[in-house]
Amino acid sequence: MSKFYENGEGKETVLQQITAKVPAGSIVTLVGPSGSGKSTILSLCNLLITPDGGRVIVEGKEVRDWNVHELRRHVGLAFQMGTMLLGTVKDNLLLAARLHQLETEATERIMQYVGLSEGMLARQADELSGGQKQRVALARTLVNRPSILLLDEVTSALDPAAARGIEELIIKIHNDRQNTILWVTHDLEQAKRVGDFTWLLAEGRLVEQADTASFFSQPKEPFTRRFLKGELSEEAAR
Amino acid sequence: MSLFTLSLALVFVGVAIVLSSGLKLGLEKDIVIAAVRSTIQLLIIGYVLSFIFSADSPVFMIVMVMLIIGAASQNIIKRKHNIPGLAWRVVVTLVTIEAVSMLFLLGLQIIPPSPRYVITFSGMIVGSSMVIANLFLNRLKAEVQTRKEEVQVVLALGGTSRQAMQPILKGAIRASMIPTIDSTKTMGLVQLPGMMTGQIIGGADPIEAVRFQLVIVFSLLATAALTSIILGRLAYPALFNEYEQLNYKE
Repeated sequence: MSKFYENGEGKETVLQQITAKVPAGSIVTLVGPSGSGKSTILSLCNLLITPDGGRVIVEGKEVRDWNVHELRRHVGLAFQMGTMLLGTVKDNLLLAARLHQLETEATERIMQYVGLSEGMLARQADELSGGQKQRVALARTLVNRPSILLLDEVTSALDPAAARGIEELIIKIHNDRQNTILWVTHDLEQAKRVGDFTWLLAEGRLVEQADTASFFSQPKEPFTRRFLKGELSEEAAR
Repeated sequence: MSLFTLSLALVFVGVAIVLSSGLKLGLEKDIVIAAVRSTIQLLIIGYVLSFIFSADSPVFMIVMVMLIIGAASQNIIKRKHNIPGLAWRVVVTLVTIEAVSMLFLLGLQIIPPSPRYVITFSGMIVGSSMVIANLFLNRLKAEVQTRKEEVQVVLALGGTSRQAMQPILKGAIRASMIPTIDSTKTMGLVQLPGMMTGQIIGGADPIEAVRFQLVIVFSLLATAALTSIILGRLAYPALFNEYEQLNYKE
């Protein structure tokens, strides 16, 4: 698949002919310098943006052939900032249920599952800490019971303890529900801990994809070796 | 009023020019242009209305109302609201507002179906709708820019564009209606409305003038709500594409 954006001077390439497969039930971590196209891949997978070239296949069907609302329920996306809608924690938690008129699980049980106390349900969502917001955002996504989870730097805005808490929660969700996860992260140690497979992107190209152990211990590409040594992030970002 | 008396009013324009020049505001040219334009426009409309009223023809009346709607639509569209296909949406909104208002005013025989009433009431109603539409579109633009992430959250959960935009539309409708409601609340206390003042100066019975003004006030309240609601309903789908992706260019 490929993706371009129009800017004042013409077309800017964000993704260049990327071809890759995500094995069902696995966790794939996407790493790479800022602006390399990682988040764009996530948005393409649940059709928040449309590819300009190629196809994105989800469970055997091209994303544009899905009913877009069904696709997005099936492929949940959690954003970096854990954006809350105006209202209480409960309003946010039950958002997906309200949108699709679903029968809701007991909110208390969902809160407990994501490690929050029941007493928080009545609080205004914008009063929560970053880590708490991210927990509510994940819980909100889970109400749709997605089989695929797209995680866009969900821990990068959090302090180390909160980030570790969210990471553990995601692993618990994965173990319980066997979701396929595409996880964009800047934290290479995190990618090493959680990923079954790791992809390295740079300037819109998929530089290397491998199982996580091989990616970190025996990278094939010279670019990957330099990236893992921390030599390339700033340079490529510019 | 004699032309000499009218020309004395130019002293006010002179005061504004002297103040602008003294305070180095750089607005002297704009003040002169505004004074000249308003004089020419009002004199022309005065002669046009005088002709139409004496002709008493429904054709001229309809043409005049269409011109009012056209000018108001142009005023809204020329501002950069960045909404694709805004022109037809604005025209449909203003035509609907005009049609609904006239249906009530003429249907309930609140005003007689003569050009003198239809044109003046249409001017006030469409003019007010124009202001509301601009307020609404400005607010909509600002809200979409600042609350883009919230819209994306709802879309990412599989919600429709309508569901994603509902709180934003509600906020924009409220914001665009508040000035009309506030000015209605203070009417008669803070300001005497133009039409009523004109009638009273023209020698009409103040009670009769107040009754006509109340008809206008109530119409404007209803059209304020209708303008934002109709335009909101027509405008928001233009911000999304066939895949329910937010397609707003800042």
